[in-house]
Amino acid sequence: MTLEERFQEVYPPLEEREAVTEANRCLYCYDAPCMVACPTHIDIPTFIRKISTGNVKGSARTILESNLMGATCSRVCPVQELCEGACVLEHDHKPIMIGRLQRYAMDYAAERGIKFFEKGKSNGLKIAVVGGGPAGLSCAGELVKLGFDVTVYEKKKWANGLSTYGIVVFREPVEVALAEAKMIEDMGVEIKTNVTIGKDITLDELVEQNDAVFVSVGLGNVPDMGVPGENLPGVLDGLDFIEETKVQNLDSIKFGNRICVIGAGNTAIDCATIARRLGSERVNIIYRRSEAEMPAYHFEYEFALREGVSFMFLTLPVEVVGNGKVEGLKCVRMDLGEPDASGRRSPIAIPGSEFVIPCDMVIKAIGQKKQTPMMEALSKYGVKDIKGYIAVDFTTNRTVHPKIFAGGDCIRSHGEASTVMAVQDGKIAAKAIYRQLVGEQEDKSEHAKSGCCKEVAGTHAH
Amino acid sequence: MANLEIDFRGIKSPNPFWLASAPPANSAYQVQKAFEQGWGGAVWKTIGAPVLNVCNRYGTIDYKGQKIIGLNNVELISDRPIDLNLKEIAEVKRNFPNHAVVVSVMVESKKEVWQETIKRAEETGCDGFELNFGCPHGMSERGMGSAMGQVPEYTCMVTEWVMEAATKPVIVKLTPNITDIVQPARAAVRGGATAISLINTINSIMGVDLDTFELRPNVGGKGGHGGYAGPAVKPIALHLLSAVASDPEVQKAGLAISGMGGIETWQDAVEFMLLGSTSVQVCTAVMHWGFRIVEDMIEGMSNWMDDKGFKSCNDFIGKSLPRISNFGDFDLGFQSVAKINHDKCIQCNLCFIACNDAAHQCIDLKDAKITKEANERLWPVVREVDCVGCALCSTVCPVDDCITMVQIDTGRPHTTWNEIMKSKPEVTQDWQKMEEYRKTANIHVH
Ligand SMILES: Cc1cc2nc3c(=O)[nH]c(=O)nc-3n(C[C@H](O)[C@H](O)[C@H](O)COP(=O)(O)OP(=O)(O)OC[C@H]3O[C@@H](n4cnc5c(N)ncnc54)[C@H](O)[C@@H]3O)c2cc1C
Ligand SMILES: Cc1cc2nc3c(=O)[nH]c(=O)nc-3n(C[C@H](O)[C@H](O)[C@H](O)COP(=O)(O)O)c2cc1C
Ligand code: SF4
Ligand code: SF4
Ligand code: SF4
Repeated sequence: MTLEERFQEVYPPLEEREAVTEANRCLYCYDAPCMVACPTHIDIPTFIRKISTGNVKGSARTILESNLMGATCSRVCPVQELCEGACVLEHDHKPIMIGRLQRYAMDYAAERGIKFFEKGKSNGLKIAVVGGGPAGLSCAGELVKLGFDVTVYEKKKWANGLSTYGIVVFREPVEVALAEAKMIEDMGVEIKTNVTIGKDITLDELVEQNDAVFVSVGLGNVPDMGVPGENLPGVLDGLDFIEETKVQNLDSIKFGNRICVIGAGNTAIDCATIARRLGSERVNIIYRRSEAEMPAYHFEYEFALREGVSFMFLTLPVEVVGNGKVEGLKCVRMDLGEPDASGRRSPIAIPGSEFVIPCDMVIKAIGQKKQTPMMEALSKYGVKDIKGYIAVDFTTNRTVHPKIFAGGDCIRSHGEASTVMAVQDGKIAAKAIYRQLVGEQEDKSEHAKSGCCKEVAGTHAH
Repeated sequence: MANLEIDFRGIKSPNPFWLASAPPANSAYQVQKAFEQGWGGAVWKTIGAPVLNVCNRYGTIDYKGQKIIGLNNVELISDRPIDLNLKEIAEVKRNFPNHAVVVSVMVESKKEVWQETIKRAEETGCDGFELNFGCPHGMSERGMGSAMGQVPEYTCMVTEWVMEAATKPVIVKLTPNITDIVQPARAAVRGGATAISLINTINSIMGVDLDTFELRPNVGGKGGHGGYAGPAVKPIALHLLSAVASDPEVQKAGLAISGMGGIETWQDAVEFMLLGSTSVQVCTAVMHWGFRIVEDMIEGMSNWMDDKGFKSCNDFIGKSLPRISNFGDFDLGFQSVAKINHDKCIQCNLCFIACNDAAHQCIDLKDAKITKEANERLWPVVREVDCVGCALCSTVCPVDDCITMVQIDTGRPHTTWNEIMKSKPEVTQDWQKMEEYRKTANIHVH
């Protein structure tokens, strides 16, 4: 396999017959559990049925109505944990391949350049969105449909946040992420890239000049480990490493022959599998707790094993050793002690168990830094933080300040951070902004419409 | 977006999708819920004489893991009192003035009873009537339903009675349980009907239980014929529809047609409409999946119309009718042969065994290195000179576009059976002459 081939999407697209056959396997459940389990509540039975009848365009519309980032989500969602995990067919045999069917419909619409939504009748209200990731784009798209004038400010060259820069290409090609951002632009959202809020424009200016501001800055880079030797050449930030594979020519990327990846979350898995696919001979994932406590999804773990990644559990890095460049990683072996605050058994170092793993590259993947400068700017408005994450009311995603809303990774103080959650955050905020600024009036009529049927059911049921 | 509105000889409907007269259209609760979800009209569950229903009235056929490809029933007309039905029909029409509400009627064969019932029904404000001459069970034994529909004279007579009393459009619903559907259709024309609908259910026995020897459905140890509907009956319904729609007398009278029988998706509906139906009715699919299927039906049809450049339903209703023809007019000179795309072939060799056992033994199994990935298994290869072009292999092949039937030019003259009968009648009488003709026309058999 060539390098390019190794960086193709892991799953090939479904062919028409495969898609239709799979779609016909779906039971078209009423009040379907898959739909409840999807954080954006896509009407899954309906979009699948539309694939089975050849109405693939309608299928795509059904998906996008609930989730404007349907193309990314179909590729990156932990479906086993969400929709597919809830499918009624999970119990006795194989759940429906909801993710891949969703991708089939999204690809169909993208290949044909079908446009589904446009800007609603302008209501003259201005909204600024800080950060053009999934949360920001979703919020912007929903708002523009409702007639707001929306500007997204994005510090990077390209929009769509980690979908563009952080999701490995064999999960999601860059083109898909960019096309998604383009779709939001085509709906009438202005996306200003290469603009950093806090540097090029202040948050204060935005709050002043807009009717509401949605903050969706995500998180920062990988934090320091705080061990000696950390600054040696050859020690990389995992996110930078992934980003290189997304924006650079694959053969221009430097990679080590023997690599230690530190951390055992999904980022670590991504870094490790990329390294293998680039050509590294030995890739070790170093994790201080045991397999049971590892935050990566089980299917990700299995994927890494299949890719030939080795795992060293109960191993804590204490020093990067080397002379002018990385030559090894000194670690200490761990035992499991009493459960800690997170409920997981805490690792305790075994005295005198130090050893050195020879390696020529160390990749840090131990989480992401909080957006401290943004938090500081927000605190002026009375906005509180929870462990460095922006505090919001989860039913509206509004901060204590009436004009400031927030969503996505930057508010996810607990639970898994994922694209689909970020998309839903954007939707929740858009709805709340609409209610707050345009008022309950119109909203009520919309409700009355959808509630009418239930009323009929109530009066006439026998 | 395309405009799906239809005008069914005066009955207006926001789209062509109607509930058929059957359980889904049994009450105001149901019909209103259906309209809320997008159905354009409903033919109310037949009202009329007092009846009593039995239990286990439905039997179904599942096919290779797919549930309910066919459903039969020994259900009767509405078992709710006629007054209640009329009150609810009026209520629905009041709440949904722009939707089509058609009242299906079946009463005993007395002029006064028919006319009286029609007049009472008209007071509801309904948009029209459908005369149920189709029910094949229960009612027919009482001289109603298909007992009427199977005798064209009766159909004509009752239609005339109704036309005398009605000021709204009248649809005559035909039974398929008859040798030639065109006869009752013409009877409806003679009776002055506004429109025709078809098909009602087909007489059927659903099956036998191998353990108990009981019939399915089993009504307390007894079973019998019931009316068959659902996806499995669609080809029959399409045939009967096209027979009626292309009949010169029906065409001349300008009757509108409402088609049904096995419609489950927008694609099914489009087929019915291409063969001349202006509205389509659905029963079994709603019994299986609920009213919600209509959203995809509307959207799918509308997307299809956009793709094809049709602005309204009239642009395509009946468009395929001119292609209906008789065997005697098919081109005997047309020839196709099977071509296997070996890049797609998965070597299941089903084409080989089908051609060998059931067609003309012109696919060989060869151990040729046909593609780079050639393996030990043998490949099917068509001997094109011998292929008669029956198309069996291409229909059994499980891979899309793997075996295609390709038209070839053999230099055969364009001719039809009817032409031969005229120009060379001897060929049609004598095998010897037939052989000679084949040689000259370059038609081989083996
Ligand atoms: C390596 C990795 C792999 C992942 N894999 C998956 C996966 O498989 N499945 C899944 O569901 N989720 C995955 N995630 C998580 C998912 O990517 C995030 O949850 C999601 O992107 C969050 O969206 P967001 O909009 O909140 O933030 P982001 O995607 O981080 O977007 C925030 C945007 O804000 C911009 N920004 C930041 N500060 C400023 C500023 N001051 N001014 C202007 N712009 C600013 C950033 O440049 C960025 O574009 C992964 C995350 C990582 C790190
Ligand atoms: C359970 C059941 C009850 C029916 N009752 C009536 C009826 O009362 N009047 C009538 O005209 N047709 C009745 N039909 C026939 C349907 O209206 C329709 O003609 C037939 O089911 C074919 O359509 P389908 O394949 O969509 O089910 C009934 C059909 C079923 C399955
Ligand atoms: S739960 Fe499974 S079978 Fe049911 S609608 Fe969802 S995908 Fe289909
Ligand atoms: S039926 Fe189709 S796939 Fe199977 S052997 Fe024949 S050509 Fe190949
Ligand atoms: S078309 Fe008929 S005769 Fe020709 S190869 Fe196929 S099965 Fe055989």
